[in-house]
Amino acid sequence: MPGELAEPTGVLAGVDPADGGFAYAPSRESTDLVAIQDRYGLWIGGEEVEALSGRTITTTNPATEEPLAEVAEAGPEDVDLAVAAARRAYEDGWRDLPGRERAKVLYRVARQLQERARELAVLETLDGGKPIKESRDIDVPLAAAHFFHHAGWADKLEWAFANRTPSPLGVVGQVIPWNFPLLMAAWKLAPALATGNTVVLKPAETTPLTALLLAEVLAEAEVPPGVVNIVTGGGATGASLVSHPGLDKVAFTGSTTVGRQIQESLAGTRTRLTLELGGKAANIVYEDAAVDQAVEGVVNGIFFNQGHVCCAGSRLLVQESVAELFLDKLRRRIATLRVGDPLDKNTDVGAINSAEQLGRITSLVEAGVEEGGERWQPACALPEKGWWFPPTVFTGVSQSSRIAREEVFGPVLAVLTFRTPEEAVAKANNTPYGLSAGVWSEKGSKVLWTAERLQAGVVWANTFNKLDPTSPFGGYKESGFGREGGLHGLASYVSLGRR
Amino acid sequence: MTAGRLPVRKTYKLFVGGAFPRSESGRSYPVRSADGEQVLAWVAQGSRKDLRDAVRAARGAQAGWAGRTAYNRGQVLYRVAEVLEGRAAQLAAEVAAAGAADPEGEVATAIDRWVWYAGWADKVQMVAGTRNPVAGPFWNVSAPEATGVVGVVAPEVPSLLGLVTRLAPALAAGNAVVALSSERWPLAAATLGEVLATSDVPAGVVNVVSGRTAELLPWLAGHRDVDALDLTGAPIGLWADAARAAAPSTKRVVPPALDDRWLDDDEQSPADVLATMEIKTVWHPAGT
Repeated sequence: MPGELAEPTGVLAGVDPADGGFAYAPSRESTDLVAIQDRYGLWIGGEEVEALSGRTITTTNPATEEPLAEVAEAGPEDVDLAVAAARRAYEDGWRDLPGRERAKVLYRVARQLQERARELAVLETLDGGKPIKESRDIDVPLAAAHFFHHAGWADKLEWAFANRTPSPLGVVGQVIPWNFPLLMAAWKLAPALATGNTVVLKPAETTPLTALLLAEVLAEAEVPPGVVNIVTGGGATGASLVSHPGLDKVAFTGSTTVGRQIQESLAGTRTRLTLELGGKAANIVYEDAAVDQAVEGVVNGIFFNQGHVCCAGSRLLVQESVAELFLDKLRRRIATLRVGDPLDKNTDVGAINSAEQLGRITSLVEAGVEEGGERWQPACALPEKGWWFPPTVFTGVSQSSRIAREEVFGPVLAVLTFRTPEEAVAKANNTPYGLSAGVWSEKGSKVLWTAERLQAGVVWANTFNKLDPTSPFGGYKESGFGREGGLHGLASYVSLGRR
Repeated sequence: MTAGRLPVRKTYKLFVGGAFPRSESGRSYPVRSADGEQVLAWVAQGSRKDLRDAVRAARGAQAGWAGRTAYNRGQVLYRVAEVLEGRAAQLAAEVAAAGAADPEGEVATAIDRWVWYAGWADKVQMVAGTRNPVAGPFWNVSAPEATGVVGVVAPEVPSLLGLVTRLAPALAAGNAVVALSSERWPLAAATLGEVLATSDVPAGVVNVVSGRTAELLPWLAGHRDVDALDLTGAPIGLWADAARAAAPSTKRVVPPALDDRWLDDDEQSPADVLATMEIKTVWHPAGT
């Protein structure tokens, strides 16, 4: 299937090596630093334990389809043990540990992540298929930054909430996706721990390895046993975690479909919930944008991490007057993207995370063609083994087209045009999602006018896909509720005395 | 009946889109005094369709309300308090008929609370907004803005103060509201609608639907164009079903209050304004 779709439907002369352009020599990151166990247990109560369920899952390198390790699949009885361990750790000391001590533990974690950055980056790329330059320059440094930033909050919480007295919530269940495995773990754990909660974390089925290495880092940093418990597994494990009656809060990042189910299952309980769900972000390019910068931003917006990004700029809204010029430049730039071996330091677009995800992307792209969209893909040779999808641009897309409405979660850009700023905003907001949006213009007042009207939790103006632990992240509408990161993210993990 | 002038009785109707319609269903229900002895009035019994009309009116009005300057929203809300003050005696009589122990006190607290929240309209962004020191050459700010259309369930009692306590913060935030008034004692809420209609609050920004809470709440909770559902005043028995109905549209749900403290000053907080707001973060590069 991937082979068929790799068939280029458009070729630009002059940029393909075979056509006289420049070729790159391979520049492969070494995997020597990484030792992967054959089998991994669960991380409960400060130690690696076998799952009572007796079941395992296999995690695979999506770039080679080779199995990397067998990982325990936690059953309901294992989740029980993990929640109980978290409760004990909460009551037996973590909640009462002075903030300055919690802070020092978390600072240690941040430092240790920096020390082992290379190892973590390679492991992330092996397990998830993302380009090494992204795991090395974005995922791992940001994961460390989340711990470092939040460490400093642990002993300053009384300054964070005016006229309120914050206290921890208790035991938090956290479920994270496969697109930023280590970063999401850090993003979820750091604020929860800084505020004095204990955690049961479920990494994604296809990318459990960096979370398990993180468990080792946490133990070395002397995070007390049971403060963080890691239960690996698939959707069933996640379901037993989020519906566990022993939790005081659930934080979920993933699809809107699953988010709704979790919200429904917690209805009528006092368990708090934050949801960070899907998106279908509009990236608006006005005619007065700095075109070359906007092209870079649009490319980064949709092809960063193969488009496996909930905040990806998957809908390009380009002003009609510059659409032709812009799309021409965009195609030229996309044709230079290097798709292939994620461990190669020159790779721009890595492997699709799983065969299942590749199937989803493929079927939505087929739907896009059937609905009359014009598909364009650059000439790019894809490796024979592994799961791949070439960068894809759809023009002639209507607002009602599935490719313009549904989250593809892959390297697929839907292009629509507009004439006036009002039309741009109306089209941008014409989605049940509201996670992020982009706007490109050199006119400050127009940028701010647009940013004010976009219904999105994060608006990137003349930039895209920027993340930071001090900057709140989270959606409007059906992209979920609650924020993660920044001062506003802290509020999701404390009780403020009322309700 | 003593000799003299016959009083003109009021017809208690819905407040939807700035108008005072009867229920499209043609239904009304009797509201009795606290001792059950006397029928105080027949009040419009709203239907699912009335509720849908109210949501449509709210959606239509919300962007304009949120788009006003915070200063202007604050002044309009303050104006509501001015008009409320003039209706204090009438409201106290309606609250008294609902069995309130201290009717004048409840009305006074409601008016004072309204003034307090009016003042938050142009302050909540200052208190809850941040400039975030991101690690890069970017200018990055986060600030709250209105969620959109908010469903509010007023508690049975206090019939005026309960509604005011949840309505005022949602309005200060810039939301439009569809409120279900106290089922048993909806009179003061209907009068509040008349106050809002004559206080420069744009039509549709507040809609008050009276009727059977158990009948109306599922439709309000499930409506896809309602962004948040404030169940602070909801009967505990209806909570779980309402929260479940809210899940398919990932509504922000404020759970029922744990205790009954409507009269406390503790019941007013900027956190209640923020409960129906979203944090928007904007990034922009800084450079030459």
